[in-house]
Amino acid sequence: MKAKNSQRNDIIRKVFIYVLLVAFGIFMIYPLLWVFASSFKSNDEIFKSLSLIPKHIVTNSYFEGWKGTGQYSFGTFILNSITLVVPVVVFTAISSTIVAYGFARFEFPLKTILFTLMISTMMLPGTAVLIPRYILFNWLGWINTYKPFIVPALFGTTPFFIFMMVQFLRGLPKELEESATIDGCNSFQILMKILIPLCKPAIISMCIFQFIWTWNDFFNPLIYINSVEKYTVSLGLNMTIDGTSVVNWNQIMAMTIISMIPSIIIFFSAQKYFVEGIATTGLKN
Amino acid sequence: MSYNKKRNLMGYLYISPWIIGFLIFTLYPFAMTFIYSFCNYSITKSPVFIGLGNYITMFTKDMYFWPSLINTIKYVLMTVPLKLCFALFVAMILNVDIKGVNVFRTTYYLPSIFGGSVALSVIWKFLFMDNGIMNKFLSYFHIHGPSWLGNPHISLFTISLLSVWEFGSSMVIFLAALKQVPNELYEASMLDGASKIRRFFSITLPMISPVLLFNLVMQTINAFQEFTGPYVITGGGPMNSTYVYSMLIYDNAFRYFRMGYSSALSWILFLLILIVTVIIFKSSNTWVYYENGGR
Repeated sequence: MKAKNSQRNDIIRKVFIYVLLVAFGIFMIYPLLWVFASSFKSNDEIFKSLSLIPKHIVTNSYFEGWKGTGQYSFGTFILNSITLVVPVVVFTAISSTIVAYGFARFEFPLKTILFTLMISTMMLPGTAVLIPRYILFNWLGWINTYKPFIVPALFGTTPFFIFMMVQFLRGLPKELEESATIDGCNSFQILMKILIPLCKPAIISMCIFQFIWTWNDFFNPLIYINSVEKYTVSLGLNMTIDGTSVVNWNQIMAMTIISMIPSIIIFFSAQKYFVEGIATTGLKN
Repeated sequence: MSYNKKRNLMGYLYISPWIIGFLIFTLYPFAMTFIYSFCNYSITKSPVFIGLGNYITMFTKDMYFWPSLINTIKYVLMTVPLKLCFALFVAMILNVDIKGVNVFRTTYYLPSIFGGSVALSVIWKFLFMDNGIMNKFLSYFHIHGPSWLGNPHISLFTISLLSVWEFGSSMVIFLAALKQVPNELYEASMLDGASKIRRFFSITLPMISPVLLFNLVMQTINAFQEFTGPYVITGGGPMNSTYVYSMLIYDNAFRYFRMGYSSALSWILFLLILIVTVIIFKSSNTWVYYENGGR
């Protein structure tokens, strides 16, 4: 009797948790779903109801929004963002992996100090370097180009990723490398042939993070890019809100959705790595 | 050359990109922020040393300095505790053994993958406009919703909620930490008859405290520098109620090109963040528990 009671309690508890989780989940993503639905609604309908099903499906919001207000379409902004983000991601992955290899597998004088320095820059607020960096890039003639984003990526300027890779490399056994050394591999061959294949999950999660952060970034494009022709998606979207006449809500919503699609694709295609990546770096701090 | 010396050199070779990047893109700008802060420097002319002039202007003449600083502090105090409590609470619910937990985890994480984007700010605007969906929702219960973004008393709070909505990464970090807490501890305490609340405060919280410290520090540093939300949603208004410190730096640097003055503003923000971080770390001696007795 007692066992039966506790079993029933267990079921009640589980149902309660499910209800809670579902209710909370709806609450969390309702705004996203509503914007998605509203992008297919007519402008008169949008703020009249909370419904997720449009009364009349409208698709010209996407066509009109895509065309944009000025001479550049939203397609230009998307292409620009890709031109900026892809090299940043690739260079970050390469430089961070190489630097992390140096920290994780070599002993050299001052290593502890340099490593501590690297970790502490993780906590250095961006605002502390903002203005001289701008002046430097201005002096180099890099304003209104993507160089202020791409060149620093070559030099491992996101210590978070180096740290993440170091943690991952430290977790890998050294036996394979030792036997490869005996076989006559040099350290670079070891990195390329043995470690990089093993680091694949960490490298993928690093790429996802960097992609999403750079794609979402608004502040840096805002200061470094000043001609509409070179606007990234976030700048383009910001301009859409400023520039569109108040009535064209559905166009803004349509472009908001478009701007989110790349992040969604990346997230769902590599979700496993994403969540693992955050968890390991956070924990081993 | 001996094997060891050669290996040392290789080590330096591998970390050399970071050393170069650190010197050029971090150390040099960091030092220059300090130096420029004592200069009158509009980007077209060369900097002129003016001593403490920028700091004196800031503290005594700039009518936006104190309000924006206070807004930022308010923003940090509203956002960080709320976000962390929320993230921990949700992580604890998700730390149960039931089917489909992954689906919920993904759902809750979803807004965070757009973290800090213009898109989320736009959505927030639609949500909290006077005729937005929040007030529409309230009207079903015959509640006349406030002007979330138009009322200077609550506009900053409305914007800080946007950051709370992006609690995903803190949640995932908490969740990973919760999974590491050994079950034996809970079992032992249940035998001793400890209540759920007691278990939370005596076992869960101490065991995850290192991760709590990490989240607290990172979220605090980020919150102090919030820009996109207030800039896109309200543009600092109404009545400068959401005009945060980063916007003050942005306006001075990139609207008026007062590079020296905005360096001084940046330097003050840096010091403030530094002091707060140090206080958090110092206090952590009393509340962070390390299983291996501290490192």
